[in-house]
Amino acid sequence: MGPNRMDLVRVATAGSVDDGKSTLIGRLLYDSKQILEDTLEAVEKSSTQRGYDYMNLALLTDGLRAEREQGITIDVAYRYFTTARRKFILADTPGHVQYTRNMVTGASTADVALVLVDARKGMLEQSRRHAFLATLLRVPHLAVCVNKMDLVDWDQGVYEAIRDEFRAFAARLEIPDLSFFPVCALLGDNIVDRSENMPWYRGLPLLVHLEELHIASDRNLVDSRFPVQYVVRPHTDEHHDYRAYAGVVAGGVFRPGDEVVVLPSGMRSTIAAIDTFDGPVEEAFPPMSVSMRLADDVDVSRGDMICRPGNQPEISQDIDAMVCWMADKPLVEGARYGLKHTTRSVRAVVRDLRYRLDVTTLHRDETADNLGLNQVGRIILRTTAPLMYDDYHRNRNTGSFILIDEATNATVAAGMILDRHSPLTRD
Amino acid sequence: MSPLAPPRHPFELSHLEALESEAIYIMREVAAELEHPVLLFSGGKDSLVLLRLAEKAFRPARFPFPVMHIDTGHNFPEALEFRDRRVAELGERLIVASVQESIDKGRATEVGGPLASRNRLQTITLLDAIAEHGFDACFGGARRDEDKARAKERVFSFRDDFGQWDPKNQRPEVWSLYNGRVHKGEHIRAFPISNWTELDVWMYIAKEKLELPSIYFAHRRVVVPRDGMLLAVGPYVEPLPHEEPAEMMVRFRTVGDMSCTGAVLSSASTVDEVIVEVMATRITERGATRADDKFSEAAMEDRKKEGYF
Ligand SMILES: Nc1nc2c(ncn2[C@@H]2O[C@H](COP(=O)(O)OP(=O)(O)O)[C@@H](O)[C@H]2O)c(=O)[nH]1
Repeated sequence: MGPNRMDLVRVATAGSVDDGKSTLIGRLLYDSKQILEDTLEAVEKSSTQRGYDYMNLALLTDGLRAEREQGITIDVAYRYFTTARRKFILADTPGHVQYTRNMVTGASTADVALVLVDARKGMLEQSRRHAFLATLLRVPHLAVCVNKMDLVDWDQGVYEAIRDEFRAFAARLEIPDLSFFPVCALLGDNIVDRSENMPWYRGLPLLVHLEELHIASDRNLVDSRFPVQYVVRPHTDEHHDYRAYAGVVAGGVFRPGDEVVVLPSGMRSTIAAIDTFDGPVEEAFPPMSVSMRLADDVDVSRGDMICRPGNQPEISQDIDAMVCWMADKPLVEGARYGLKHTTRSVRAVVRDLRYRLDVTTLHRDETADNLGLNQVGRIILRTTAPLMYDDYHRNRNTGSFILIDEATNATVAAGMILDRHSPLTRD
Repeated sequence: MSPLAPPRHPFELSHLEALESEAIYIMREVAAELEHPVLLFSGGKDSLVLLRLAEKAFRPARFPFPVMHIDTGHNFPEALEFRDRRVAELGERLIVASVQESIDKGRATEVGGPLASRNRLQTITLLDAIAEHGFDACFGGARRDEDKARAKERVFSFRDDFGQWDPKNQRPEVWSLYNGRVHKGEHIRAFPISNWTELDVWMYIAKEKLELPSIYFAHRRVVVPRDGMLLAVGPYVEPLPHEEPAEMMVRFRTVGDMSCTGAVLSSASTVDEVIVEVMATRITERGATRADDKFSEAAMEDRKKEGYF
């Protein structure tokens, strides 16, 4: 009964307008048979209404009315498709200059980033930006699709020139896994099956690559981190003394009997049990939601972090970070914000804007005195209470934070913490 | 983790386990960050899944929020009976907010005619109930695979003090750092199963052995074909003069307002049989079963902006 056991893979897409991103996604959904009759009917109807003489697969993924009216994608949309072995969550992120924040949103949780390049145009400024943002957000796998190969006569030379240029740029970044695919999204070449038009390509089709990608070891299973999210205390006669610390394991592996330390207090205890609704478990690892009970009556609350005494995160009120600014009102030195890191909320003041980073040229502008919408920069924050963190490169869960405008409650920045060992702090 | 399904590889979760863990995290995050959450419960399969997830998130304690049903007055009796039984079994608090009451108080005006539906009126009742009880967060069972507008909605979806959703001005949602801050009068709609598909929901129901209202399984019923759907003939749907009702073997894929929830032909009488059907199905859930989304391509988006679920 039912499909086999599958695992979950998160994909983010990036490409400039008209590179064929929507068509590629439509193709992935269509070829993995995720598009249902009535949806197809609606797409056919609106294709005809708009005067297209073929079914426009891109219309499948255009969500909101404003976007339909302008004919462009403006916000992150999520799509789902499954193959025999995997369920994919695809964050469809628009590629325009002014919507960098959407790409950051999609990339923040992605296991794989798909970057599209139009074979006729070659590598553009935007392609560099997309590759850089994927690296900044530490997406472990990058798959570059050189699209519209039909329009360059399926030419191997064109593909290889783009691939080599991309590789040369990528060498300046730190991309753990980079692969390339010559595709035609419109016709489906090298998407599910190997293209007959490009016999010179010996690699895997894109979807097969996505199915086989090894993602399990992308998690940090070494540094045990458990941000306490919620304290479960029943207050009933039956469970009078029950007190458990609930949350998601953010790193490493925990087992009953492990000696632990609660930060920032530094109190020590031992894990008495790891509970779930379905009963106790012998081990907990990312991204499991569990409830921990400790052997001793120590004071633990939301925002604390449970870890192993011999492997502790950094603890500091001075935070060095890269941020992507996501609000109209710019970031300036001296400004105060709300900050949320793991399950901990504090306040922070911007002590220093060290530089603004040009995400296309990687040039650092140290004279910058603000960060505007969609700009990236390096800042120093001072927080009202210490954060327990790891370098973002070591752990995306314990190395990330958001800044919140306390007047409007808007989320204004995505931040990635650097420690002194971070590759980005090497000047 | 269920002892019946050991991971095939050490330290790996199946997709259902990963989705479950994410949903539990979202529920706990809402309970920790907001003061007065409520869980919206329809008696349907998605909200039954939410109840199970709430058990997973908060037991052995009670839910740190009540459960609320927006009663259109046009319910399937099976769904109502099921609602009361399930909430009683859980020992949780149930609030019922009634559309009929909103109409009686003059807050909502019923559209007449044989094609009338109270689906849209639910919004008024819901927003009034949110204001009356001072809720600052509502859990909903919506999924992003249901509809194009939903595909862009955040997990923590901000609503202004008119209950409205502004799709062009949503808070960026990075990592799993949800921003639940609201001013007085505003609220968050939180969708723990955003990333689930209809098939995921059914597979979870099978894995958890959840009980469902009987109308989800094949039964004989008098229906009338209308707008490409099969509507159950009853107190809220009368056949029009040219229509020919007939008794057929059907099941429902959602339990909504009886006046606009369509049935599908089916012989599936168990969860496993439904899963086989869903895997083979070529029509999306909303398309098959919700008359009110068919009015226009942007129907859902418009209702959501007004404050619909
Ligand atoms: N010839 C050709 N045209 C394509 C291909 N992929 C996309 N297109 C066309 O390029 C245009 C832009 O595609 P679209 O998917 O809307 O781009 P997006 O802006 O990146 O989402 C549309 O007219 C597509 O039909 C391809 O592989 N070959």
